[in-house]
Amino acid sequence: MRNIDWLQLTAFVGILLLLTKPMGLYLGQVLDAKGKTWLDWLIRPGERLTYRVLGINPAEEQNWQRYTLAMLWFSLVGMIFSYVILRVQQWLPLNPQKFGALTPHLAFNTAASFTTNTNWQSYGGESTMSYLSQMVALTIHNFTSAAVGIALAAALVRGIARHTAKTIGNFWVDLVRVTYYLLLPLCFIYALVLVSQGMIQNFQPNATAKLTETYTVQVAKVDDKGQPVTTNVPVMIQVPKLDDQKQAVLSNGAPVLVDAPKLDEKGQPVMTNITVMVDQTITEQSIPEGPMASQVAIKMLGTNGGGYTNANAAHPFENPTPLANFLQMLSIFAIPTGLTYYLGRMTKNQGHGWAVWGAMFALFLVAALVCWWAEAAGNPIHQKMGIAVADGNFEGKEVRFGIFNSALFATVTTDASCGAVNSMHDSFTGLGGLIPMLNIQLGELVFGGVGAGLYGMLVFVILAVFIAGLMVGRTPEYLGKKIGAYEVKACLLSMLVLALSILGFTAWAAVTDWGKAGLNNSGPHGLSEILYAFTSCTGNNGSAFAGLTANEPWYNTTLGLATLIGRFLMIVPIMALAGSLAGKKISPQSVGTFPVSGPTFTILLIGTVLLVGALTYLPALALGPVVEHFLTAQGKLF
Amino acid sequence: MKAILHDLRVSFLATLVLALVCCGLYPLVVFGAAQLLFPAKANGSLITDAAGVTRGSALLGQLFTGDKYFNSRPSAAGNGYDGTSSGGSNLGPTSQKLADSIKDRIADYRKRNGLKDTDAVPADAVTASGSGLDPHISPANAAWQIARVAKARNLKEEQVREMVRQYTDAPNLGFLGDPGVNVLRLNLALDQVK
Repeated sequence: MRNIDWLQLTAFVGILLLLTKPMGLYLGQVLDAKGKTWLDWLIRPGERLTYRVLGINPAEEQNWQRYTLAMLWFSLVGMIFSYVILRVQQWLPLNPQKFGALTPHLAFNTAASFTTNTNWQSYGGESTMSYLSQMVALTIHNFTSAAVGIALAAALVRGIARHTAKTIGNFWVDLVRVTYYLLLPLCFIYALVLVSQGMIQNFQPNATAKLTETYTVQVAKVDDKGQPVTTNVPVMIQVPKLDDQKQAVLSNGAPVLVDAPKLDEKGQPVMTNITVMVDQTITEQSIPEGPMASQVAIKMLGTNGGGYTNANAAHPFENPTPLANFLQMLSIFAIPTGLTYYLGRMTKNQGHGWAVWGAMFALFLVAALVCWWAEAAGNPIHQKMGIAVADGNFEGKEVRFGIFNSALFATVTTDASCGAVNSMHDSFTGLGGLIPMLNIQLGELVFGGVGAGLYGMLVFVILAVFIAGLMVGRTPEYLGKKIGAYEVKACLLSMLVLALSILGFTAWAAVTDWGKAGLNNSGPHGLSEILYAFTSCTGNNGSAFAGLTANEPWYNTTLGLATLIGRFLMIVPIMALAGSLAGKKISPQSVGTFPVSGPTFTILLIGTVLLVGALTYLPALALGPVVEHFLTAQGKLF
Repeated sequence: MKAILHDLRVSFLATLVLALVCCGLYPLVVFGAAQLLFPAKANGSLITDAAGVTRGSALLGQLFTGDKYFNSRPSAAGNGYDGTSSGGSNLGPTSQKLADSIKDRIADYRKRNGLKDTDAVPADAVTASGSGLDPHISPANAAWQIARVAKARNLKEEQVREMVRQYTDAPNLGFLGDPGVNVLRLNLALDQVK
């Protein structure tokens, strides 16, 4: 934990704080159907034209049921749109690498995952997706799922801020305005900044480089038809070595083992087919190309996280310099931090906005410090072998980012529902890997996904107010509105759905053959890989303990379902909450009113988040990353 | 029912309009501006030699294992530094396979670069990166390799050390990120030394 790293952390926090108010003010303009922005001269005509094409009246507002239904239909149509493109990409243009169609289960998983702002990827982008699939089938959801998230957060905030109202806004207007006024202009500038750091943006096929030093690898021999050539060989087993008297030869008391052919009941050797391997000299390196920057800009700003390449933001094209890395981390938090200010402004209680910000910030800081410390402390097993202790746990990390930026990125990407990674979480230490997992399990409400973070946190705010009301024995009130059984039920429903999906699917996968077949690691780390996958998909994060081989029917289907459950079954109760709050009367403040600003409230909110999270997920975490931490200290390997 | 049909129609139209704007117009405008402002970078920061042959990208690492060259980090991308299958080993902290690899790599690194058994080995030299295409090695890793490279090329150590310094990318703005030695650019430059 070097001084220069503390400086980086301070710069990150400082800029984040400075961004909050301007972003919040701009969000206020964008999320008001009649709001004026400095981009009106450029965008207003396009916005009007869009409403005309869609055939909607922007002045007309919707009640919560109509708002939610519009969102659900829109998501369904978008998901089918992407599914179809992915299934027929071989017949569509912009496919210079001639990639074939995706399998049905992979196309389902990908379409569901991108529609829900998860961007879990069971595939490697550079070896699966045509440029058209990347640009259209995937990128459209990077924009729309982010815009939908922000729209839903705005609808909930309107529900909180309004009183005796029937409507909570117009979904189509929110969708269009967020996309046109917020996401597109920011992404355009941001994409160019990323290109200036070395990110690619072109439509060429992959380039080929002549290697300076060629090398030889073993590859499977293939025949004329491209089928691997196999050969029939006896199966070998280990048997105790026998001396002339047929006695086992011992060495230090243990029998010496030798290889021998395995025999069946008739004494015949058992045979098996193995693939014939041949040497191949590698003389070239293929260099990926394509329209990356335009996709990466929205991937970060919209907290989508789906990588253009398999290595995601660890890939030198996808995250070329530490400066690009710094901006990528900031861009994840940029809109969510502004939304807390928007909350304060809309509810005319800026102290409340900052109290929520404070709770988010405290949860962020503690998690970042723990993850950084754990990765900087490194792996004692490897250190005993002779790795420099000061270098920390470096497996799966890039030199240009080092320990600190890898740990900070891992924290930020899972605080929000982004899921981009600049280092491989699977290779983190026990405690270092626990932090990203726990962040997602708490609900990604530490700034959180665009929109999703705020509405996730507001559920906890209402729960905190409810608990405070129980403690002092008064009817709980939130900003002058009485919180009744209906609101608390809606909040709890949205929380229970997440827990049920994460723990239920993990338990199922952990005891089935399909679940265990995909594992890259054994022991508690194997359980962590499964737990992380369902946590990430249910939480709509999309990062992974990427060793898990998820591109097969069972995982693709269950993980795809988890993304849908985590998104839509959480949203519907929250929209019901918004509708119910909008219709309530505001009762005047009294001395007995529990204030939702100031440090007392912030601490209560943090406590509520941690308590719910800890009680729900600690048992599962204890079996995975926690036990792994202790086993690492003991030097146990699997 | 009427409401559902209305929503479906708007959903369909909205998907098409937004696809046109966000997936057609937007990437094309970024493409145009990027090619105009930063053509070399937008096309992959390719390095071309005097004969016009592409030798790599300044941003992507390549596999180097010989004594004459600064050796790159272990890579889990395909068969090593495969540009079409980026990724890490994804092996966890208690992985036997990872521990075995690291043990072998440490022994190999010490032997080839003349380290004593008590000398700690730079972590980046014996671990795979996240992308498998890491263009850099740490300055400490490069420092251990200077003597070997200088000997193999009959160069003065001081000259090689100076070249390592020249091809070290410093932290951005003086404090962001960690310094790294760009292996491909350094090795190509070494081949140019007469």
